Amino acid sequence: MPIPILMPALSPTMEEGTLAKWLVNEGESVASGDVIAEIETDKATMEVEAVDEGVIGKILVADGSEGVKVNTPIAMLLEDGENASAIEGASISAPAEAASKVEVAEQPTPAPQSAPAPTSTPSPSVTPISAVAGERVKASPLAKRLAAQAGIDIAAIQGTGPGGRVVKRDVEAASSGAVGLTPATATAEVIPLRAPETMPTDLGVKPGTYEEVPLDGMRKVIARRMTESKQQVPHFPLTVECEMDHLLALRKELNAKADGAYKLSVNDFIIRASALALKKVPGVNASYAGETMLLHHHADIAVAVAIEGGLITPIIWQAENKGLQDISESMKDLAARARDRKLMPEEYQGGTFSISNLGMYGIKEFSAIINQPHGAILAVGAGEQRPVVKGGALAVATVMSVTLSVDHRVSDGALGAEWLKYFKGYIEDPVTMLL
Amino acid sequence: MDEETKLSMTKVFDLVVIGSGPGGYVAAIRAAQLGLNTAVIEREHVGGICLNWGCIPTKALLRSSELYHLMQHADEYGLSASGVTFDLKKIVARSRKVANQLSTGVNFLLKKNKVTLIEGEGKLKGKGVVSVTKDGKVEDVSAKHIILATGARARTLPGLEPDGKRIWTYKDALVPEDTPKSLLVVGSGAIGIEFASFFNTLGAKTTVVEVMDRILPVEDAEISAAAQKAFEKQGMAIHTGTTVEKLQTSKTNVTATLKDKDGKTSTLTVDRVILAVGIVGNTENLGLEEAGVNVDRGHVVINEWCETGAPGVYAIGDVAGPPWLAHKASHEGVICVEKIAGVKGVHPMDTSNIPGCTYCWPQVASVGLTEAAAKDKGHKVKVGRFPFIGNGKAIALGEPEGMIKTVFDEKTGELLGAHMIGAEVTELIQGYAVAKTMETTEADLMHTIFPHPTLSEMMHESVLDAYGRALHI
Repeated sequence: MPIPILMPALSPTMEEGTLAKWLVNEGESVASGDVIAEIETDKATMEVEAVDEGVIGKILVADGSEGVKVNTPIAMLLEDGENASAIEGASISAPAEAASKVEVAEQPTPAPQSAPAPTSTPSPSVTPISAVAGERVKASPLAKRLAAQAGIDIAAIQGTGPGGRVVKRDVEAASSGAVGLTPATATAEVIPLRAPETMPTDLGVKPGTYEEVPLDGMRKVIARRMTESKQQVPHFPLTVECEMDHLLALRKELNAKADGAYKLSVNDFIIRASALALKKVPGVNASYAGETMLLHHHADIAVAVAIEGGLITPIIWQAENKGLQDISESMKDLAARARDRKLMPEEYQGGTFSISNLGMYGIKEFSAIINQPHGAILAVGAGEQRPVVKGGALAVATVMSVTLSVDHRVSDGALGAEWLKYFKGYIEDPVTMLL
Repeated sequence: MDEETKLSMTKVFDLVVIGSGPGGYVAAIRAAQLGLNTAVIEREHVGGICLNWGCIPTKALLRSSELYHLMQHADEYGLSASGVTFDLKKIVARSRKVANQLSTGVNFLLKKNKVTLIEGEGKLKGKGVVSVTKDGKVEDVSAKHIILATGARARTLPGLEPDGKRIWTYKDALVPEDTPKSLLVVGSGAIGIEFASFFNTLGAKTTVVEVMDRILPVEDAEISAAAQKAFEKQGMAIHTGTTVEKLQTSKTNVTATLKDKDGKTSTLTVDRVILAVGIVGNTENLGLEEAGVNVDRGHVVINEWCETGAPGVYAIGDVAGPPWLAHKASHEGVICVEKIAGVKGVHPMDTSNIPGCTYCWPQVASVGLTEAAAKDKGHKVKVGRFPFIGNGKAIALGEPEGMIKTVFDEKTGELLGAHMIGAEVTELIQGYAVAKTMETTEADLMHTIFPHPTLSEMMHESVLDAYGRALHI
């Protein structure tokens, strides 16, 4: 029987993706491990490898197709001795053995040795959809495990066991395509606060006065996650001004001694100062998790990087344990690969705190939206010469405004203020952060 | 007499079951519960072979032999019992009494559920009609649905025919007049091994011949090996890979010609022979051919809903093929009836969830795939084992020999099979049968709390061992 090749879930949050490009044609033989397609996910472009060998019998989803739902068959693979006619009658309407049929190409991960596996970071954002909804899915333990291994949402499977319990045969039927899953809308309904589909006609915009641009995967994720955050998270912003002159001088001094080995940016200092401040005030390094909050052991700092068409937040894992040079090198590498959309999911998923820096665009100050499950985000404005009062007299100093947006569910104003006090201390007396 | 009048004289039922063994009577009771007007036709004993000539009376015999064995070893427990003997007539009488008590019980259950019991021999006679013959008189009953539950009988092979005197089937072996001094048991399945164990314990010099390369061939190979070792320690002689070519009876004994796998023949002279080379379905004189019911190699051919292909005719239990187990027959009966009655959510039987028990000493029990079968099916497996010697209760009982083995799928943690040998394992296996039917994984079994001190703790340890976590070994 022809084997359906399915749209893989390349990250836990991925619901759909763009099939950017096929690298094989119909009729072409593939061996296990051959790269057969490129898929643009939420935030990166990934290569997809064939797991089974055979001949590509039919490509079901064309190059450039957007919004391809995870687990949708994208092509049919013919096994030895089969010809294309075998595809007729083979069910292609339902997901088959999801992730088992395609694998994301293993790319060497440049993440530092000390980086924890992403799964070790408790992250509500990767909680299974069914659990988010709080609905108990009746399923046997084996069925749950089989569904998880096949990448199928068990809540979408019709159970045939006692009392509608989902049992092994149901998962096997779902993954073999013998029976359909419940309609996708059933799954969609249990996702809370999902951004409503907006019709252009509902916006009151005159036809012909605009160009309609489809949202890519990244734009959709940004739209959804930011909407969720603004709706769910009670943000409050706290702003302080930090004098930068000592830091700029230290930076100049260190870079002069680098002899080309490194070039520290102001942002590298900000990352380090944030990490140290998070260790001083652990209450800010926290995630809201319903009945509990998670106080993170490490300061895993996500840094927003603007890329074409959106942004992505690669993570400096355990930033409190990294020196300036280490941070600087990691950041350069991550930012470069982020722009090429070559980051691995574990390099941008998770984290405990974020930094968004718009200083280079001349923004004086702003407040940023928290990237859940982080407990806070630091918005960094431009360092610029401003008049300051020192000892009762006017003086000129290089001043940077930073605004910490805090999730009020996990920390309060005084705690945020304390964090900023430490942060400001490190920035204004930067030698202390070299300790 | 016009057709209408004739029809009105015929008893009309929703369902007629031919045979009242554990398949037939359970099907009938379930049908009655579901509101079907039901009749059962029985030619001999209500309760069938199981209650009268199989499962139950053998358990009664084996209980006697177990107590006899224990009394012989009373001093090991600090007790004294001298001059321990047995009276075989009394042992057999007790066994018959137990069988009769249960047969009466089934009669009562049928009555209580308003199932009509028709005595006589049933035969299909045209669509929806069964003729019942009793003492030469024939009566027709009609039913929309007819279930064949006629069971099976001992298989005989050419040259190996029972005579009821020196060459026995299980039925003769259940009512022996005296204990043979020496005994040959042909076939080492559950029936053969149970009789071998019974008579060996009572002092008969017992030899078992098995054509396959190991005894209890449906069990896991490790269990077969452990069983053989235990039986040989008890003095039983076991010849595997061996066939019985010929049985020559004289006035006083039987001489068997044995042929081993290399073709070498030898002779063995014994008092009695028990033939236990399988069973064959009771498919004769049922009008099957005329009704269009297919029979293949002595068994009625059915689909997953026990349908025979002839409209309105179903078959369950031994007559419909292996495994020849009473509980399989009962479960088939329930599935078949529920399907007929249109009960929602009925599923075909998953044969991998049928446990099997052999009440020899030591006992053997299993459910699901053997390790070899699991591998043949392409599973990568994790195997756990735990010996009785590591279990406190087993040692306190004086039963330190035996083992519990579990087989899991490495990838999914599915419990594929469980295999046991040792004291009381026939009572333990149900724990794994529940776990398997509920589709638990190793994680659930590990998190289950097993009471201390019990033999069941070994079930926990075996699972832990499969994942390198056993605590008491």
